[in-house]
Amino acid sequence: MTKKLYPILGLLLATAVLLAACGGSPAPATGDAPVEQPTAAPAEVIFTTPSGYGVTLEAVQSRGNLICGVNSQVPGFGYVDADGNFSGVDVDYCRALAAAIFGDADAVEFRPVTAAERFTALQSGEIDVLSRNTTWSTLRDTELGGNFVHTTFYDGQGLMVREDSGITDIAGLDGGTICVQTGTTTELNLADVFAAAGVSYTPAVFEDADGTFAAYAEGRCDAVTTDKSGLVSRRTVLADPEAHVILDVTMSKEPLGPMVRHGDDQWFDIAQWTVFALISAEEFGVTSANVDSMMTSSNPEVLRMLGAEGELGAALGLSADWAYNIISQVGNYEEVYNRSLGPDTPTYIPRGLNSLYTEGGLLYAPPFR
Amino acid sequence: MANAPKAHANPPFWRDERALRLLAQLAFGAAVLFFGYILIQNMVNGLRQQGTTLGIGFLQNTAGFDLAETLNDYTRSSAYIQAFLAGLYNTLLVSAVGIVLSTILGIILGVARLSSNVLVRTLATAYLELMRNLSLLVFLIFWYLGVFLKLPLVRDAINWPGNIILSNRGIGIPWGIPTETWPAFKLFLFGGLLLALAIIVIFHFQGKRTGKAPLAIVWAPLAFIAVAVAGWFLQPAAPLSLDLPAVQGLNIRGGRIFTPEFMALVSGLVLYTAAFIGEVVRAGIQAVSKGQVEAARAIGLTSFQTLRLVVFPQALQVIIPPLTSQYLNLTKNSSLAIAVGYPDLFYVSNTILNQSGRAVEMITLVMLTYLMFSLITSIFMNWYNARVRLVER
Ligand SMILES: N[C@@H](CCC(=O)N[C@@H](CS)C(=O)NCC(=O)O)C(=O)O
Repeated sequence: MTKKLYPILGLLLATAVLLAACGGSPAPATGDAPVEQPTAAPAEVIFTTPSGYGVTLEAVQSRGNLICGVNSQVPGFGYVDADGNFSGVDVDYCRALAAAIFGDADAVEFRPVTAAERFTALQSGEIDVLSRNTTWSTLRDTELGGNFVHTTFYDGQGLMVREDSGITDIAGLDGGTICVQTGTTTELNLADVFAAAGVSYTPAVFEDADGTFAAYAEGRCDAVTTDKSGLVSRRTVLADPEAHVILDVTMSKEPLGPMVRHGDDQWFDIAQWTVFALISAEEFGVTSANVDSMMTSSNPEVLRMLGAEGELGAALGLSADWAYNIISQVGNYEEVYNRSLGPDTPTYIPRGLNSLYTEGGLLYAPPFR
Repeated sequence: MANAPKAHANPPFWRDERALRLLAQLAFGAAVLFFGYILIQNMVNGLRQQGTTLGIGFLQNTAGFDLAETLNDYTRSSAYIQAFLAGLYNTLLVSAVGIVLSTILGIILGVARLSSNVLVRTLATAYLELMRNLSLLVFLIFWYLGVFLKLPLVRDAINWPGNIILSNRGIGIPWGIPTETWPAFKLFLFGGLLLALAIIVIFHFQGKRTGKAPLAIVWAPLAFIAVAVAGWFLQPAAPLSLDLPAVQGLNIRGGRIFTPEFMALVSGLVLYTAAFIGEVVRAGIQAVSKGQVEAARAIGLTSFQTLRLVVFPQALQVIIPPLTSQYLNLTKNSSLAIAVGYPDLFYVSNTILNQSGRAVEMITLVMLTYLMFSLITSIFMNWYNARVRLVER
């Protein structure tokens, strides 16, 4: 009887010894600023995700490429074709960021993430940046441990129905079923808007875009809802795009943009100014075709942006020609937009809110100085 | 005996096998603890760097999303915990239905595997092989996209006799809805249950005393049904009114509607698990010694009686332990519901995780819940197993 107790006693003892030992090590107090963290126990250094000023850039540079979390199921934004090539505006943003860091737009590894996986992937350090039609919202910006850089695409949530259903507005969907994807702002807005309108509905909720739209295509739902950009995009891959209409209803604001982890301000700045370089280049008329001649532009701001004057690159921790590399290899905002969403593409979306402020849109980058 | 005279003194502890064993255990325990400590430390560190902390207080926050089907009265303004419970109930529902149906089908398959009819035996074997080589996930998606979503659209819904409606929005069957006399009727049901229990107990003791008693298994249900029927007709109005499903507007309304997601999940799980339960049943039956069957036949029992009175009771004790793990498998496999859009525990927890960003808490909660399922099932099965164990002579 007593003998059986020995192992248990032993375990208890071992625990006590261990706890005592650990108690002695300088465990950082809670509430510490996350910046200065080379703590005593080596295990902590080995396992934790890089965080703190400058660590991300350092990690990316020593790895030799950027790991970018993207969509793989939404043509025009993030899509992977049968040959494994990625395309879309969110994908091009990753290329631009890689160009800024390495001077090589191809130094990117794309990691497809679903709506539900994306924040965990970012938090855990599996990806350096998330560029996947992600809506900027309070909780994501705070508790989910991320920071949103400047919006790259202003969007709103919409509804798509079969044309022959005759449905034209939300009220027409009363008692209907609506397909939606989990882990999105979409499923939250859907609940909000229909509750506010007093229209009853049943959701049919799926894990990814392919599942959601497959069920919609089979007639499981009367409507499918997501960002309007997503609807335009997914409509092109339905069996008969003409048979479906996107209703003239906007259910929400969806500012979509890249997201980085909390705790590394330098990385945030780099991610943010990459967006500003794309926008400003369009504003100043700098394109991939004329960027070389622009190196001698008469506009000092263009010179500062391209690194021909001043040291803005160094301020970001990058080379002087970071923005030059973005524009020469990926193009400006307009070029990126038209490549994936322009009039010549199947996923054409008029610029609308995503025009420069000078043309009535919302794109407005701070000055380069 | 234990204190037999020792020829030598106690060996030093490093040559004492018991002490060495103890040391080894200590070392192992310490290693496990240390590793766990590193993991937890690492997690807490990571969370702190992101400015987040651990805690389950967030479960009281408003969920904000809708769920397709729930057994509680969850709405978008309910708390996360309500959503979690809705998922839990859905998992319990699918598991319960799945366990009952796969047991019935499994017994049939197991007996068929031993049939003397070649065709029946071959078919059952082929079925088993098919299921064994199939991925359950693919099987579920097949049932969803390939079968239930391929049913006609609502506006072309099929009407089967008996007011059953088939469409890819779901399968509607007639269902009773409680009327104002339902609460009173519930009292009758309860009374009937008490009476049935009383009968079982009384007959049991009577059987012990006199060695002869009426069969409780016949009389107890009869008594229950009699009380229930009396309760039904003694009411001024029927306690349940019949509700027929019908296509109305965009969807089927009324009756009870089984969604394609539920149907696909249950069909897939049942057909898959039944194959394995069939094997368990077959092995159990084969474990009963041949002599028992021959003896039963010798005293003139029919083959069905032999199966029911001699083989099954003995096979049961061989069957129960592996059956337990099949039931658990089914329950745990039901977490594949996410692939067909059925809001089970895992699916809903995933949504909560995603909308709240509380990954560590939610994963822990889910793991603990599934662990609890496992523990409860095995406790019950162990108890039952001990009860049916034969005293061999
Ligand atoms: N902007 C919304 C929704 C984004 C979203 O996930 N949209 C879906 C529907 S178009 C999608 O991209 N799915 C692709 C996938 O799951 O791989 C959000 O950030 O929550």
